[in-house]
Amino acid sequence: MPDENARKGWFSSLPNDSVAKTLVVAIGLCLVCSIVVSTTAVALKPMQLRNAMVARQVQILRVAGLMEEGGDVDVLFEQVERRVVDLDAGRFAEGMDADTYDQRKAAKDPSLSDAVPPDQDVAGIQRRARYAPVYLIRDGSAIETIIVPIHGYGLWSTMYGFLALEGDARTVSGLTFYEDGETPGLGGEINNPRWQSRWVGRQVFDDEGEPRLRAIRGTPVPGSPGAIHQVDGISGATLTVNGVNNAIQYWFGDDGFGPFLAWLQEQGETV
Amino acid sequence: MSSNKQILFEPVVDNNPIALQVLGICSALAVTTQLSTSFVMCLAVIFVLALSNLSVSLIRNHMPTNIRIIVQMTIIASLVILVDQVLKAYAYEISKQLSVFVGLIITNCIVLGRAEAFASNNKPWPSILDGVGHGIGYSAILLIVAFLRELFGSGKLFGIEVMPLVTEGGWYVPNGLMLLAPSAFFLIGLIIWAIRAWKPAQVEKREYQIRVVHRTEAI
Repeated sequence: MPDENARKGWFSSLPNDSVAKTLVVAIGLCLVCSIVVSTTAVALKPMQLRNAMVARQVQILRVAGLMEEGGDVDVLFEQVERRVVDLDAGRFAEGMDADTYDQRKAAKDPSLSDAVPPDQDVAGIQRRARYAPVYLIRDGSAIETIIVPIHGYGLWSTMYGFLALEGDARTVSGLTFYEDGETPGLGGEINNPRWQSRWVGRQVFDDEGEPRLRAIRGTPVPGSPGAIHQVDGISGATLTVNGVNNAIQYWFGDDGFGPFLAWLQEQGETV
Repeated sequence: MSSNKQILFEPVVDNNPIALQVLGICSALAVTTQLSTSFVMCLAVIFVLALSNLSVSLIRNHMPTNIRIIVQMTIIASLVILVDQVLKAYAYEISKQLSVFVGLIITNCIVLGRAEAFASNNKPWPSILDGVGHGIGYSAILLIVAFLRELFGSGKLFGIEVMPLVTEGGWYVPNGLMLLAPSAFFLIGLIIWAIRAWKPAQVEKREYQIRVVHRTEAI
């Protein structure tokens, strides 16, 4: 970092402990440091954003089972159809570009989002954007996989993830999280692939269309009425797992993707 | 020249920041479950130490005494933010694993300790060497601990399988303790013991010694 040594004269003649010199050194240092810090932050921002986007795409591919080690993410991601859903209407929103739509930014924009009343805010998200991206993977014209983004508050942080459903819009085919700040080794185990794989094959909705999917304490009893909706939780991470349950409860309920998925079920697999 | 060499290499074994000065233990516990994260952490610490020592040394003659710690912390914090931003741009996966611990280099006592104890009284070039030397000393311990923890905790080195785990169909039953922070305490303790057995000069004098006191002496 540049120094004050270069400037001679009145500056050098000041005693180091004088008020004037203290102020000059403090202000000079702050200027230099702030320029260095802000320059790097601004210059590296595009690359950091790109990294975050690639990481999110990798998660989408992984939860869809399309990720190949060493494959080009951009090429692989071409297989994924990106759409935007109008959550209030429960239909696809036409004329919106899913690649540029930012759900998180929209949730802060009053014209694109609504405050969630505290009694309905089970997932602790405070504001919900009216539109949300969904990712579809098709086999011919039939939908094979539907991937929806979910988020909710765990123990320490908001956890962001994806839940993949099979073409019937009921059966889980994968769950993953791409951002969380839970305790490594305890709540952080939500990122453990072995735990995530337990969700595969479970049913999200019961016969009335209510979201019933949740992780419970202990192993689900096979053959018991709820077992098809239940997953073994993580011991030592009750609050984090509750957060995951709440996020699922919210995002597959009436305020989340519930109406859209119900519509998709009625339409069959060829929307 | 030989004194420069001494400044660079003394902190590696003879005056190791972790083993002798017992500083920087926090990050030594946190990032050493894998060699790859430890390696990146070591590079980050060496970079921050060298440049913070250089910067502090450059302005040492104009340092107002009453704000010198704040000045040093500001320099260190800026350098750490720089490193953190660069890692996020060029090594995204590793920066996610290191999470807050890159930021915590700011509070690593080794960095502030060297700025205050060495760089504020020495010329720029020896200060850089001192910073790099202490960085290497720190790295040496970190890499030894990470090697042992990754090998015995997950049967891997740099993420490459060395001992196939039982859970993956191999023969090695991993030592779960190695993945938890306390194991680093045990390992660092053993390393300190080994170094002091090799170089008895590092053994500290006892602070007090129990001895028999005669009644007459006590009165």
